[in-house]
Amino acid sequence: MHVEVDQPKCVASGQCVLLAPDVFDQDDDGIVELLDADPSPEHHDDVRESAAVCPAAAIRLAPR
Amino acid sequence: MTETVSHAPDDLTEFPMPRAARCPFDPPEALRARQTEATLSRVRIWDGSTPWLVTRHDQVRALLADPRVSSDVTRSGFPHISPGSKAGSEVRRSFINMDDPEHSRMRRMVTAPFAIRKMQALRPEVQRIADDLIDDLLAGPKPVDLVQAFALPVPSLVICALLGVPYADHGLFQRHTKVLVRRSSAPEDVSAASAALTDYLDALLAEKQAHPEEDLLSDIATRQVATGQLTRQQAARMGVLLLAAGHETTANMIALGTLALLRNPDQLDVLRAADDPKTVAAAVEELLRYLSIVHSGRRRVALEDITYAGVTIKAGDGIVLAGETANRDPEVFPDPDRLDLGRDARRHVAFGFGVHQCLGQPLARMELQVVYSTLYRRVPTLALATDIERLEFKHDGAIFGVYELPVTW
Ligand code: SF4
Repeated sequence: MHVEVDQPKCVASGQCVLLAPDVFDQDDDGIVELLDADPSPEHHDDVRESAAVCPAAAIRLAPR
Repeated sequence: MTETVSHAPDDLTEFPMPRAARCPFDPPEALRARQTEATLSRVRIWDGSTPWLVTRHDQVRALLADPRVSSDVTRSGFPHISPGSKAGSEVRRSFINMDDPEHSRMRRMVTAPFAIRKMQALRPEVQRIADDLIDDLLAGPKPVDLVQAFALPVPSLVICALLGVPYADHGLFQRHTKVLVRRSSAPEDVSAASAALTDYLDALLAEKQAHPEEDLLSDIATRQVATGQLTRQQAARMGVLLLAAGHETTANMIALGTLALLRNPDQLDVLRAADDPKTVAAAVEELLRYLSIVHSGRRRVALEDITYAGVTIKAGDGIVLAGETANRDPEVFPDPDRLDLGRDARRHVAFGFGVHQCLGQPLARMELQVVYSTLYRRVPTLALATDIERLEFKHDGAIFGVYELPVTW
């Protein structure tokens, strides 16, 4: 799984950080920061859920 | 209360529809009936206009996230919630009623304090606030109105601390906020209440500009107002929005949530026994799903023709998105009318969806987690001190809840 985030789209809801804190963080303004673009399999479910609940479609997933 | 259920797709039922007295937590039957229809249909609102009604979870999420759908209250065709909200829409305009890029530019000025790490840092303070109020509650007379004694002061004290608003003024801003969220408020009362609140925030911002402290209003005053990115008027409107939103929503979640739990004792036991943050966090999501709180529909207007779910929404058509039925959509939440704190409810739309999704949701989540994991444990015999039939529900509110919740223990 490969993860990309689109910071201009992010609305700082923080949901991805709650779900997958090893993969996503927030900068000082609350905007998403990607900690790990190629998370290990144990994080995949949480990352998929993050993409599903992200209100701004700011998280894109690609298989690899 | 009786209900007229109509199955004709183009029947122009009035919206909002009356809720059945039988269960105050369930959306109106007539609204649920629309959910079984695949296509969108229209309703009639207070001003005689006939916006599209959206009830299904997938449709609500898709349209709330659609850039061709506008939140701009000044556009013609926008389906206002009440005469009051229409009358004051221009003067009250803040980022929730704007579209990108203006919306995003202004919203980002105030996202910083709501980041998850900041919320974690604030949690002990919220816990202290909740504990102090429960101490007072237990030391005081019973029965007591839980709304006044606890449900309202918790979010009020927290949002005041965060914004830097003196809590001593709470009588003033709670009085005006009440007028703003009632659909039945007269337009001139809504205008007067917004003007009073804006003036109050404007004066406070002036003071913060001269003597900044460690709070959000000081930040806005010294960063955005001082540099000309925001006029003080715009900043004051933003302050009104944050102050009002911080009050009504969480307070209703606490009071109505408590009532729902008292009616579902097995679920209340789940919370009392919970000793891990995950169980509590899941319970909060389920209560958000089950109660929804925003029961008057999220309001939008189409910017261009949108063909969706078998119909063409024309440019300028109003759109009303019913989150309370989306949150009870059986396609997404099996057995949706059951309050089940163990289910995965994260995909609820209680905070909305799309770029306007609630800015304060990390704060609301944290407050509710603290409250739900504290109140019922510290007051284990908490019980309703009246019949549920005697409670007055906020049927005329933009946010659903109870006006009073008499409790004893
Ligand atoms: S869930 Fe989406 S909008 Fe929310 S912080 Fe993460 S990327 Fe941003």
